[in-house]
Amino acid sequence: MHMDMSQYLEIFIDESKEHLQTMNEILLILEGDVDNLSHLGEIFRIAHTIKGMSGTMGFTKVADLTHKMENVLDLVRNGNLKVDSTIVDILFECFDALEEYIDNLEKTGKEGDLDSSELVKKLTIIAENKGTAGTTSKKSEAKKTIKEESPKAEKVEAGDVDFHIQLNDIDSIINKAVELGVKSYLIKVTVDAGCMLKAARAFIVFNTLERFGEILKSYPLAEEIEDERFDESFEILYFSKLDEHYIQTELMRISEIASVYVRTLNESEMAIEEKKEDVEIDLNHIESKETDVKAKEESQSKGDKGKTSKTVRVEIGRLDNLMNLVSELIIIKTRLEDLDTTNHRSNDQGSKNNMNEAIEYLERITTSLHDAVMKVRMVPVERTFNRFPRLVRDLSKELGKNIRLFMSGEETEVDRTVIDEIGDPLIHLIRNSLDHGIESPADRMKAGKDETGFVALRAYPDGNTVVIEVEDDGKGINPEIIKRKAVEKKIVSKEEADLMSDKDLINLLFRAGFSTVDKVTDLSGRGVGLDVVKSKIEAINGTVEVVSILGQGSKFIIRLPLTLAIIQALMVNLNEEKFAIPLNNIKEITTIETSKITMVQDQEVVLYRNKTLPIIRMKDVLEIEYAPETLDELIVVIVKKGDVEAGLVVDSLIGQQEIVIKSLGKYLTGIKAIAGATILGNGSVALIVDPNQLF
Amino acid sequence: MSDMREFVTFRLNQEYYGINIQNVENIEKVLPITRIPYTLNYVKGVINLRGIIVPVVDLRARFGLEKRTTTDESRIIIVNLEDNKIGMLVDSSSEVLQISEDDIDAAPNVRREFNNEFIKNIGKKNGRIIMLIDLHKVLNIEHVE
Repeated sequence: MHMDMSQYLEIFIDESKEHLQTMNEILLILEGDVDNLSHLGEIFRIAHTIKGMSGTMGFTKVADLTHKMENVLDLVRNGNLKVDSTIVDILFECFDALEEYIDNLEKTGKEGDLDSSELVKKLTIIAENKGTAGTTSKKSEAKKTIKEESPKAEKVEAGDVDFHIQLNDIDSIINKAVELGVKSYLIKVTVDAGCMLKAARAFIVFNTLERFGEILKSYPLAEEIEDERFDESFEILYFSKLDEHYIQTELMRISEIASVYVRTLNESEMAIEEKKEDVEIDLNHIESKETDVKAKEESQSKGDKGKTSKTVRVEIGRLDNLMNLVSELIIIKTRLEDLDTTNHRSNDQGSKNNMNEAIEYLERITTSLHDAVMKVRMVPVERTFNRFPRLVRDLSKELGKNIRLFMSGEETEVDRTVIDEIGDPLIHLIRNSLDHGIESPADRMKAGKDETGFVALRAYPDGNTVVIEVEDDGKGINPEIIKRKAVEKKIVSKEEADLMSDKDLINLLFRAGFSTVDKVTDLSGRGVGLDVVKSKIEAINGTVEVVSILGQGSKFIIRLPLTLAIIQALMVNLNEEKFAIPLNNIKEITTIETSKITMVQDQEVVLYRNKTLPIIRMKDVLEIEYAPETLDELIVVIVKKGDVEAGLVVDSLIGQQEIVIKSLGKYLTGIKAIAGATILGNGSVALIVDPNQLF
Repeated sequence: MSDMREFVTFRLNQEYYGINIQNVENIEKVLPITRIPYTLNYVKGVINLRGIIVPVVDLRARFGLEKRTTTDESRIIIVNLEDNKIGMLVDSSSEVLQISEDDIDAAPNVRREFNNEFIKNIGKKNGRIIMLIDLHKVLNIEHVE
């Protein structure tokens, strides 16, 4: 049962990230509430879990760092050390280091070169200085309490445990073990009741054991364990040179293991009882014994190029639903096959009806299937939001401003790909609000505002889109300053700027080469402006707009599509070419009399519903040659972007269709007005127009 | 005996060209090509290659040869270069040739019919001359480490 460790790397990374996120949250709470020991207990638990996991995976740097963190946290927990800002800062540094290790592991499969020995030294100094200050008795008392609190400390005398493993010839097994110079053990491992990945835990158990000895037999069988076909516990017959306490301690280090019972086969019950006494061994002792094993493992894994792929954790119910739909799909396939054979015999109305019915049924299933697959890909925005409390904390310290972050709607779900792309733009917008938006405490007092600034990060679903807002109660955006800057930087001409509304002026912020702050701070002015934010969001078919009230604050509103891969689109003809226009951009479809079109500043417009509607000739946009139109009426697809509208002139409409968005690949990137391509029913390729880029 | 190198050969007009076989994924009959706006003149469009959208470069246009409609013989050679999957439209393509290192020379600087920089080497096989093209230059893709 030898499996590749790398397949568990993903799980390790996923879990570590989750743990780190929790740690981050608690550290932030801890900073404001240093006396609350329950937070520390939680951080201790996380450090301990990560230590265990990384130890098993052979990531020594992570294990070492978390071990030292544990030592310090332990002292704090037991009142031997008082939490102050230095300690919180060091814990934050540890968190950063751990995060970087995990990042490296995800990217390269290795921990990377980051040297945390300084940090380890700092932790050691704290632990030693304060640790020795406490009395010895207190220390041992402290040790006891950990044991009691630790969820893993459950230990039952091995003699009481019933084993299911069939041992027909115990004697011969024991003899064989003696022959080989090893001891034989029966091990019963029970995983936590709430454990989601039992097979993975079992694998780590097997793997750990195989490092130190040989597994002869298991109950249930190894294959069954691999398929997760066991309740909460499994049993192993094991040969090893190691003693049982070592085995037990090693196995208990694996996360989500509730208990481990080890029974030595060739020893009496008495002997086991006796040995139980010194199960409480010094962890440090084990650690040192273990180092050469780890070193060996590290050299083994050096050859691996363990880049991990993107994963999504999926609720089992969603997969069940998916499975159901697939079985329905198979049923309908059989039904269609049946219809086909009956069709050969008769060609009457009845079979035609049957066919239509079947197709309708098929349509229903594919729609549900699409829905179900989309749900599998959905993850809560929490994953991205989680890092912002820390960001705001660090930045406000750096800027000398008091800022409170308010978050809501973290549970809102979006597609996994969106999550990955939205992080950087949001960081940028938050930095922006903190740096440029919120005033210094003195200025805020002068303006009659509360000294503490306020930044809100909200997410909520809205129809077929998800909205994320970044709002601050800072000084707002002054359209006049933007106007002056835009003219100075020749982004627009003076005349153009004079004609623009305040709203249009504010939206100039998103143009390339715009930055309103003269002095370049460490935070902003890194050469990335709001134009990058905009293009990143547009790359995932989203939109961003800003509303601002001078003196009261600004709000950036990001709209994201719920799904990326499959959309509803309107198919249109231009000459003999077919194009798709995403339905969510379309407001309505109408005809417009050619005679009503007038020219305003080189732009064709028409008065439609009492509003001037710019007319865009799609054939011009898409470089299609055509003779001047002689039609009296044009077919116009009215598209909207925010509350701006434009009419796209097309030759004819084909109809609404569900299309799968495909990328044009990196050889053809950044093609104006094109969002991607899709494959039509006949196998040919049609381009998807991106109306957002047209006006 | 020196090392043999393998090339996929194709034809444009009456000339033979070769591409290092390591860059060639497969050779396809001409599939319907969808035009893409705002691209260079030699980007013919994209095709649906079994569910993947693949851009197609018209080598005649790239080499500055006169336009010609595709025939039954026309082929799209799918190459993979620096992780880009790209199709190249050629007049015909049929064989894989082994050319010995000894028969591969530097490209002489005499041909003026088209941009000479696309030809890296000249290979000889059975009295035939095969121009070995520099894919990076032809497809205008930079070398990646």
